[in-house]
Amino acid sequence: MQSNAALEYDYSVAKLFTYTTILFGILGMLIGTLIAAQMAFPELNYLLGEYGTFSRLRPLHTNIVIFGFTLSGIWATAYYVSQRVLKVSMAESKFLMALGKIHFWLYFFGALAAVITLGMGITQSKEYAVFEWPIDVVIVLIWVIWGLSLFGLIGIRREKSLYISMWYYIATFLGIAMLYLFNNMAVPTYFASGGYGSIFHFVSMYSGTNDALVQWWYGHNAVAFGFTVPIIAMIYYFLPKESGQAVYSYKLSLLSFWGLMFVYLWAGSHHLIWSTVPDWMQTMGSIFSVVLILPSWGSAINMLLTMKGEWNQLTENPLIKLMVLASTFYMLSTIEGPIQSIKSVNAIAHFTDWIPGHVHDGVLGWVVFMIMAALFHMAPRMFKKEIYSKKLIDMQFWLQTTAIVLYFTSMWIAGITQGMMWRAVDEYGNLMYSFIDTVAVLHPYYTIRAVAGLLYLLGFFMFAYNMILTMTAAKKIDTEPQFRSPMA
Amino acid sequence: MFHWLEKNPFFFAVGVFLVIAFAGLIEILPNFGEASRPVVGLKPYTVLELAGKEVYKKDNCIACHSQLIRPFKSETDRYGQYSLSGEYAYDRPFLWGSKRTGPDLHRIGNYRSTDWHENHMWDPKSVIPQSIMPAYKHQFSNIADIETAYAEAVTVKKLFNTPYDVDGGVALGSWEDAQAAALTEAKAIAADMKNQDVKDLVANGQIPEIVALIAYMNKLK
Repeated sequence: MQSNAALEYDYSVAKLFTYTTILFGILGMLIGTLIAAQMAFPELNYLLGEYGTFSRLRPLHTNIVIFGFTLSGIWATAYYVSQRVLKVSMAESKFLMALGKIHFWLYFFGALAAVITLGMGITQSKEYAVFEWPIDVVIVLIWVIWGLSLFGLIGIRREKSLYISMWYYIATFLGIAMLYLFNNMAVPTYFASGGYGSIFHFVSMYSGTNDALVQWWYGHNAVAFGFTVPIIAMIYYFLPKESGQAVYSYKLSLLSFWGLMFVYLWAGSHHLIWSTVPDWMQTMGSIFSVVLILPSWGSAINMLLTMKGEWNQLTENPLIKLMVLASTFYMLSTIEGPIQSIKSVNAIAHFTDWIPGHVHDGVLGWVVFMIMAALFHMAPRMFKKEIYSKKLIDMQFWLQTTAIVLYFTSMWIAGITQGMMWRAVDEYGNLMYSFIDTVAVLHPYYTIRAVAGLLYLLGFFMFAYNMILTMTAAKKIDTEPQFRSPMA
Repeated sequence: MFHWLEKNPFFFAVGVFLVIAFAGLIEILPNFGEASRPVVGLKPYTVLELAGKEVYKKDNCIACHSQLIRPFKSETDRYGQYSLSGEYAYDRPFLWGSKRTGPDLHRIGNYRSTDWHENHMWDPKSVIPQSIMPAYKHQFSNIADIETAYAEAVTVKKLFNTPYDVDGGVALGSWEDAQAAALTEAKAIAADMKNQDVKDLVANGQIPEIVALIAYMNKLK
């Protein structure tokens, strides 16, 4: 066994990604709050001319929180965690160090270019795969560099056996690579037509129903490999580390990992229930979504049981609180998804606000809580400072938890109300409501959701403030804390 | 086996890849050829309609509108015949959307007209007072990108055998032919509109985005 003390880890790349996590988090959530408010108060559509409508801002919101905030968070933690579990420092290899820096800067400028072109309306209009080919090429390049960097570090590791978190990071790398490539198979029209039109434009190799099938195989699993897999990587490292408890069960982590890998990909077609894709695929999507409860809850329960006998930490340490609630929201979200995938429920839920409601109890409760907890845990170790304020974390926790509850309850009611109104018929079998009736009735719920967004955003500002003061103004610490993060 | 895999990252990665690739192969491949066949009589989009589809994409209408009528009585009563796979054969990309903040548009061309769209896109509340849709006035002055639409038509004709320039189908021809055809189509639409700026632009040989968008909307039947 190697001695821990001898090794000084290098966090320069992890720090850079920490900054962009905060930056893109603020930007993405700010836009999210604005577009939530636009649905309640449509006059807000006119703040930025043609660039400020709900329709133009919505992809900016989704892409900035997914590929800006979440991806930055994934990489910040990956560069931190992998050194520690592989027992090797980035500083030991000039090549890997350079690769890490190139990775960051290419990502940063790529992300800026993506935000600008998307804002201009240059899009292929596939949800979560909106970019046209020049940006796609940059994304592939960034991904390859991350792959080299990840496997490079694995190549020079001292700890031979890969810790659970590494399984999930490797799966993130492979999953996104496969999905992204196949979903973006398209031909640049400028070259194929012999020099006509926009150089950005490309046309999908798949048409209609096939395009839908590939897109939702991608769309669903991009969620899997962006919002689930790497976040599980984080909780498997940070919860045991922060609490000083060993992971409850190795066997359960094996079962959940391989189970998740196998089952998740099948479930993509639950986005296409009652569409024109063949019925058997819809049924497969539906069934596998229900099966997916097992590996999802497997991880969550494994994490909760890790706290066995140590539940007192929940009241003493706000980071444990964040992570335990993240696990709990993960359980809520992964039981809600399968329910929505049942064909009869899907008939009501699909196309309604229940879907964004479902997404947000997952991302706000699980993804963002976990990433914030991870960064809080990393901060004292990276910056050699105490966390600036424990009180602020506590306040932020309750504010944001309230916000999440308001968000998903209002969207549950809105979604089911609208779904039921669309299908309501009178005693003669005629439709009871015109479409606009079903929009007007949602106003109060949209208002509640906008308030929820605002509260959550406020909580995120508290997080950002706390992090920045930790970096700049907090008390120095001499020795690295082994488990619980020190905070004032 | 698992302990061994965890010590051998290469084989671990191969294992993960096989496990995740499996589902895609089984679910996506079998019906691939069948699902892309057009229904009988389906014509590809004209260049103007394709340019309209680009406006639809650019202003991201799919954020709030679907183009997929599900096989329920409540949907066929509201929107018309449920959607068929073959109707989408020339849709690259598909534009089904995933959210109906506004109504479905797959057969909008059956029950909305050019002048309705003109009023509605200029100010949705003038047509539907409770509407929460924003106005898209910039489409009345922004010029549609006909050349990119032409490039797309040429590409799909060459690479995917989309039936342009066949008997009884849609003529494409050279860039000059396509430009002239798009303008003729645009003039017919502008004749049904009342906005003077739009009429002037079209008379000068320029096609505003709104005209292309309406051509596309009218095609959706």
